Amino acid sequence: MKASAGGYARAESVRHALDLLAGSEGQGRVLAGGQSLVAAMNMRLSVGDLLVDISKISELSGVAVEGDILRIGALTRHAQVGADAQIKTHAPLLTAAVSHIAHAAIRNRGTIGGALAHADPAAEFPACALALGATMHAEGPSGTRGIAADEFFEDVFTTSLSEDEILTSITMPIAEQGEVQILEEVARRSGDYALVGLCLIKRAVGHRIAVFSVGPRPILATNAMAALDQGDVDAAVEALSNEIDPPSDTQASSAYRRHLAGVLLRRAVCRMKGETA
Amino acid sequence: MTIPFNNPDRPNSYIGRTVPRPNATKLVQGRGRYVDDIVLPRMLHVAFSRSPVAHAKIGAIDLDEAKAVKGVVRIFTGADLAEVCTPWVAVLAHLKGLKSPPEHPLAVDRACWVGEPVVAVVANTRAAAEEAASLVVVDYEELPAVTDTMTALDKDTPVIHPELGDNLAFRRLHEEGDVDAAFKTAHKVVSAHFRTARHTGVTLEPRSILVDWNPAEGQMTAYHATQAPHMMQTVFAKHLDIPESRVRVICGDVGGSYGIKVHVYPDEVATAAIAKVMGRPVKFIADRLESFSTDIHARDHEIEAKIAVDVDGKILAIDVDDWTGIGPYSVYPRTSAIEGNQVVNLCGGPYDFANYRAQTTVVFQNKTPTCQYRAVGHPIAVAITEGLVDMAAAAIGMDPVEIRRRNMYADDAYPVTSPAKMKFEGLSHHASMDKLIEMIDYDALRADQAEARKQGKYRGIGIASFIELTNPSPFMYGIGGARISAQDGCTVRMDPDGSVVALSGVTEQGQGTEAMLSQVVAEGVGVKPSNVRVITGDTQVTPYGGGTWASRGAGIGGEAALQAARALRDSILEVAAAMLQAEAGKLDIRDGQIVDLESGEERMPLEELGRIVYFRGDTLPKDLPRELVQTRHFITMDYPFAFTNGVQASYLEVDTDTGVVTLLKHWCVEDCGRVINPQLVDEQIRGGIVQGLGGALYEEIHYDEDGQLLNGSMADYLVPMAAEMPDMVVAHVETPTKESELGAKGAGEAGTAGAPAAVMNAINDALRPLGAQVAAMPFTPERILRALGKIND
Ligand SMILES: Cc1cc2nc3c(=O)[nH]c(=O)nc-3n(C[C@H](O)[C@H](O)[C@H](O)COP(=O)(O)OP(=O)(O)OC[C@H]3O[C@@H](n4cnc5c(N)ncnc54)[C@H](O)[C@@H]3O)c2cc1C
Repeated sequence: MKASAGGYARAESVRHALDLLAGSEGQGRVLAGGQSLVAAMNMRLSVGDLLVDISKISELSGVAVEGDILRIGALTRHAQVGADAQIKTHAPLLTAAVSHIAHAAIRNRGTIGGALAHADPAAEFPACALALGATMHAEGPSGTRGIAADEFFEDVFTTSLSEDEILTSITMPIAEQGEVQILEEVARRSGDYALVGLCLIKRAVGHRIAVFSVGPRPILATNAMAALDQGDVDAAVEALSNEIDPPSDTQASSAYRRHLAGVLLRRAVCRMKGETA
Repeated sequence: MTIPFNNPDRPNSYIGRTVPRPNATKLVQGRGRYVDDIVLPRMLHVAFSRSPVAHAKIGAIDLDEAKAVKGVVRIFTGADLAEVCTPWVAVLAHLKGLKSPPEHPLAVDRACWVGEPVVAVVANTRAAAEEAASLVVVDYEELPAVTDTMTALDKDTPVIHPELGDNLAFRRLHEEGDVDAAFKTAHKVVSAHFRTARHTGVTLEPRSILVDWNPAEGQMTAYHATQAPHMMQTVFAKHLDIPESRVRVICGDVGGSYGIKVHVYPDEVATAAIAKVMGRPVKFIADRLESFSTDIHARDHEIEAKIAVDVDGKILAIDVDDWTGIGPYSVYPRTSAIEGNQVVNLCGGPYDFANYRAQTTVVFQNKTPTCQYRAVGHPIAVAITEGLVDMAAAAIGMDPVEIRRRNMYADDAYPVTSPAKMKFEGLSHHASMDKLIEMIDYDALRADQAEARKQGKYRGIGIASFIELTNPSPFMYGIGGARISAQDGCTVRMDPDGSVVALSGVTEQGQGTEAMLSQVVAEGVGVKPSNVRVITGDTQVTPYGGGTWASRGAGIGGEAALQAARALRDSILEVAAAMLQAEAGKLDIRDGQIVDLESGEERMPLEELGRIVYFRGDTLPKDLPRELVQTRHFITMDYPFAFTNGVQASYLEVDTDTGVVTLLKHWCVEDCGRVINPQLVDEQIRGGIVQGLGGALYEEIHYDEDGQLLNGSMADYLVPMAAEMPDMVVAHVETPTKESELGAKGAGEAGTAGAPAAVMNAINDALRPLGAQVAAMPFTPERILRALGKIND
């Protein structure tokens, strides 16, 4: 199929991009790595977009540690995230996530901001952001704002970003001493979106569990977290199973996904304790 | 003089060696020429508005908005094309009772599957044509859709084509011996319900055609990604009312076919019809969604089968009830009854047993039409047979290798006729099994499996013996009335510079046909393969032939090439003898030189002979024949098909918590007769295995109950990818066919035939201690966990 774009403009700066979006009468569409958007356009699932290409805005790319905060620019590519030493030290969950995302060619172009803004319920980064308690930073015509991860992801492919806003970066607390971050997932083939995935974080204050591909958006499994804080893995699995209502599709049924979430939680807990599953 | 194939040190010993592929460099450098690379002056593009529903009456068609799109040149409806193109009916006389309604290039009154072409939009660019096609408004009055195969014949199921009376396209029952008696008295009877999923071929290059009609010459030229150019020549001529001699089909580089490109597709015929009406070149290149919804599908079978064995594991009887849904039309001209027919022909194939009953029931439904795809029917028949044999072995506590050894035809039993009435000239089941067992180190593998189990890992070994039908005679299609050639020809000529050109009726789809031809001709004449230029895929240029299907390229096309090459060698030597005043029988051609047969002493290079023949013919004796062009044809006569055989093994691990299967290793020993090019054959086997593994673990086209296609993209239809593929070890036993000097049988489909059964048996071997068993492909993680009873709905 041939894509049918309404137009294309390359933004020189965030301000320029915001102006382009503002002038597009609602037809504007940010183009970052293009690894989800172009595929959708080629299937004519998205027609008539006025593409605002932000991929050359260098200020939106890069990784920085600011005190006890890790900041990752929205345009940082998956491959860069996977290879970055600071991320590996301070948010190893993201490093682990990258090896599950698509294939090398896609990781070389796809951006973390694109993945978060795209909000695919089966994607790794949104769930990681939720588990890490990250903040999304957006800039719009009326200035900048920070959005907590659990307020950012709303529905399938839907976030609380408004049409005239651009996601500029994501920040998260750097991992504390002894923090454990684990990602477990099952996909049909390597690089496929997860049938179910699970992030488990152990901090001094307690556990955090985010599950993906089990609903319209990544889910923070608070009851399972509480059970795990009590040290009761069986209860955590039971709670998790009640906390999710996974969809059925051609790859797997809801019941299978529910079962799998429990298996992944057990495996993650074993890894957390340094045991083999 | 016959070629001493068993002596690898013979002169010009290219047959049996891995020689470089003449077209590889070109393809790797991106210098191939596929249909989409061809741009003709005044060329237009066609895109299709396709039915979004599975079954509907076509009401008013509103083209106003579509016509207004910039670049649109003309729009055709079914009624428009029906005036210039006659419909086809895909039946064959030897498939008794097969029925199918007339099919048009564009649906006329009714649309019968999601994706059926309804309106054709012709424009200056594909983008404009697509844009306009999306604005075509068709009033679809929905009719009830038939989607379930097993209830298609029920009384309360609507009949898709009322004029045919019912939804039964074809049924064949074959019975041999006394099956019921055998089951009654058997020591053990095991039955199972098998399911193979709907697949499609997923060629890298989608279906592509560019048709040019030249009214001044009354000639149609179709640049077509096809396996069978001569067959298509006939089809275009017949349905577009052009003399056959005035249709030229050119098949350049093709990016994979797997059987997908050997059929007649309505949108491709529509493209040709439109080109003829408009007098302008028209191009159609399917996109990926069109590929999924309109390339033929295959393998959608449901089977109830049972096996009876005695105490010693001898097979007493096999009974198979096979059902398949083929979509709303049988596909032209090969028909959609062949796959079910093959299941009947092939079940029980490797085994010497007496009582056999098999029935196939082929029904219409409102889904994409199915037809022949790589290894037609084989993966189904092998899964049934090998699944049953393994289950029987388990039921009587016998090793799966042992039960096979007790039942396979003895290697010295041939010729033999199977209970399915297939004639086997010579197979090597036992030699192949022996080689496989040695290769996989069966005992060590069993020990590893036991060790793994102690650590809570469930590993399984699966064995699958198989037969494969290759080198078909006219018994496959010709006797049924189809103008599909089982014969193939090759013309070989020597040019003045001593180089050789070979023109062959078999075609190159990317599988290496041209490499095979170049080495056969090189050895046959006595030149280097690099000095042989191969030309295929042009009906105006090559000898008439069948093309690529049913693993016939090397066996049929290769033999024609060998005989033509040998004939050219004789002609050359006749001239050489006159020039050198020697006896032709005492000369030979080696590496492009005329030499003394005995001493090997060089007498004259071929280019000198070429110079004399072409430019100084006056110096040769007047009555000396100087025919440096020779053509030979080959057709098999003694057997309807040249069967090959082999055996595969799979070793894998099942994660019993997630249901995920990890393939650890795969082996195949197969016997395709003479191996002409070991690397090409091995890669054919590997590629075939990968396609088989796809069927076993990943590939499945999904429809909902209304006949909507649910997974029309590469993201949702999972093909096997490199990361999941195991190491594969391939070995050969060679039992050349005596029908030809070359002795080659086909090798292109064996991998696909056996791999799914090997994987199924390995999974069941792993699950057996847990009391679980799977028989519905693909073996998804979910299906495995369900078999283990681990999922609560
Ligand atoms: C074959 C394949 C497999 C894949 N597998 C996976 C996988 O397993 N896991 C996974 O997580 N992803 C997967 N992806 C998706 C991939 O990770 C994408 O790169 C990612 O989802 C989108 O990032 P992008 O930079 O390419 O965004 P784009 O495609 O450019 O944009 C995606 C959407 O986000 C919006 N957007 C992008 N950047 C911004 C921004 N800064 N501010 C506001 N809006 C923005 C766009 O407007 C668009 O709507 C796969 C993709 C492909 C093609």
